[in-house]
Amino acid sequence: MDQQRRILLKSTLAASATTMAISAGLLTPKAVLAAWNTAAFNAKDVDAALTSAYDSTALTDSNKIKLKAPDVAENGASVTITVDSKLDKTEAISILVKNNAQPLTATFKFGAKTEGFITTNIKMGKSSDVIAVVKANGKLYTTKQQVKVTIGGCGG
Amino acid sequence: MKKYLAALSVLLMIATPVVTQASPDGDLKKFRSYFTDKFPEVPMADFVNGVYSVDKASREQWEEFEEFPAYEIYISKGESLFYKKFANGKNFVSCFPDYKKGVRQNYPHFDKASGKIVTMEGDINKCLTDNGEKPFGWKKGKIAYVGAYIAYMSRDNKLNVKVPNDAKAIAAYERGKEHFYAKRGQLNMSCADCHYYNAGNKIRADILSPALGHPTGFPVYRNKWASKSGDGMGTLHRRYGGCNKQVRAKPFKAQSDEYKALEYFHTYMSNGLELNGPSLRK
Amino acid sequence: MATSSTIQVRSSVKKGVATIKCLVSHPMETGMRKDKKGKLIPAKFIQNLSCEHAGNVVLDAELNGSVSTNPYIKFKFSGATKGDTIKVSWVDNKGDKDSVEVEIPTKRRRK
Repeated sequence: MDQQRRILLKSTLAASATTMAISAGLLTPKAVLAAWNTAAFNAKDVDAALTSAYDSTALTDSNKIKLKAPDVAENGASVTITVDSKLDKTEAISILVKNNAQPLTATFKFGAKTEGFITTNIKMGKSSDVIAVVKANGKLYTTKQQVKVTIGGCGG
Repeated sequence: MKKYLAALSVLLMIATPVVTQASPDGDLKKFRSYFTDKFPEVPMADFVNGVYSVDKASREQWEEFEEFPAYEIYISKGESLFYKKFANGKNFVSCFPDYKKGVRQNYPHFDKASGKIVTMEGDINKCLTDNGEKPFGWKKGKIAYVGAYIAYMSRDNKLNVKVPNDAKAIAAYERGKEHFYAKRGQLNMSCADCHYYNAGNKIRADILSPALGHPTGFPVYRNKWASKSGDGMGTLHRRYGGCNKQVRAKPFKAQSDEYKALEYFHTYMSNGLELNGPSLRK
Repeated sequence: MATSSTIQVRSSVKKGVATIKCLVSHPMETGMRKDKKGKLIPAKFIQNLSCEHAGNVVLDAELNGSVSTNPYIKFKFSGATKGDTIKVSWVDNKGDKDSVEVEIPTKRRRK
């Protein structure tokens, strides 16, 4: 059975030609699927992205967030990032790349039984801080790591 | 190897007038010991992992990719294509009946009847044309997907390229060997300059992979190719062309006699190593 | 496992915790890249990817075009039992979509 999911797009700037609307009867019970936050993803700096995504730029550094990323990325086209949050009631993790044209790369929202853990692969245009923002218990926490991206001699 | 040497010595005793200065077996021994001397801490079997056998930092990133590598997408595509019926009702199984046991380890080989080198890609397209189908492009796309499936099914088999005592076979081997060591392009560099003499060293920020173990992982998924076209799979000859371009030499055509000869020599030098294709590289 | 889905799933279940790994075949074009002729390649990237289990959304991801081509996502959730079904779905900026239902744990492809 193919479940049709309709998502209300927040902004008319969306690239998609289709307009979709939430239709509660077609969604899984208790499921509220995120719209795509156009303003946050198109934002050109970290603060603007966070404001659009979380209505706040008030971040608290936390050593309870483990961020795993290479020191020197082998290829900026695919950099594996893992964020493992030991903060209680982690509800969302966002990954931002400070020096990317659009810093907000992804936001992951978790169900009640889902761990605050995510691994994904991202593109980096150049050397940059990779920033993990964790929403836990209503507050925003963060940690970051610098990842160098180099120009290769032949592989690049 | 013993059988081959015994047969060879018998042939020579029968005084078959094949004059040759080539000793592929001697070259292979020298090639192997050059790399094992250069990288004493790398186990022989690990050379199949290219740059990841000699660089810890990039190996860690590669091992993370290998948790669920992107080439899995293309093994699946290749699998579907492999079983897809041609118009005449046959499929690739009819051309590669031993595919489950693995066939990649026999490529490239010398075909006595035609006097030519036969590559895996050559046989994939021959299967299509023999069955009235259009052949695939040589460098990427479907040929790389089918190659990925064939390579996957051949994993762990030991490379077993043969250079028989035939003038044309030896000539092709020698031509490939010459290509490997010859300088070319505006940058005046040979394959050996990077992958033999400077294996393990850096070229700008890249670390040069040892030539020993090079071909075992093909066809290859390169993150660089994926980012440029959404499809990261490519054949060995696609990479040869890219490398030639990078030293600003005019590349040869994929599946040209020149690249087939190079593949013949290049792959022979990795004989005995276990196949690990398709593989993922930067 | 020769399905036509763009989504491949590997999973394991240990002590009630499921570890899910998804590999998705998708170009993830940002819309900022130019082709050989200098023309901009239109944006085509997954915007939403989600995973459902036992009637709940366990993961709801919003992605930008700066997630890598052929994205890989790994996550974990508890309350899972061997033999459960999960559904992974995505939709991109063009409205294209795909989904797959798999039983967990998934068996790795065998040669």
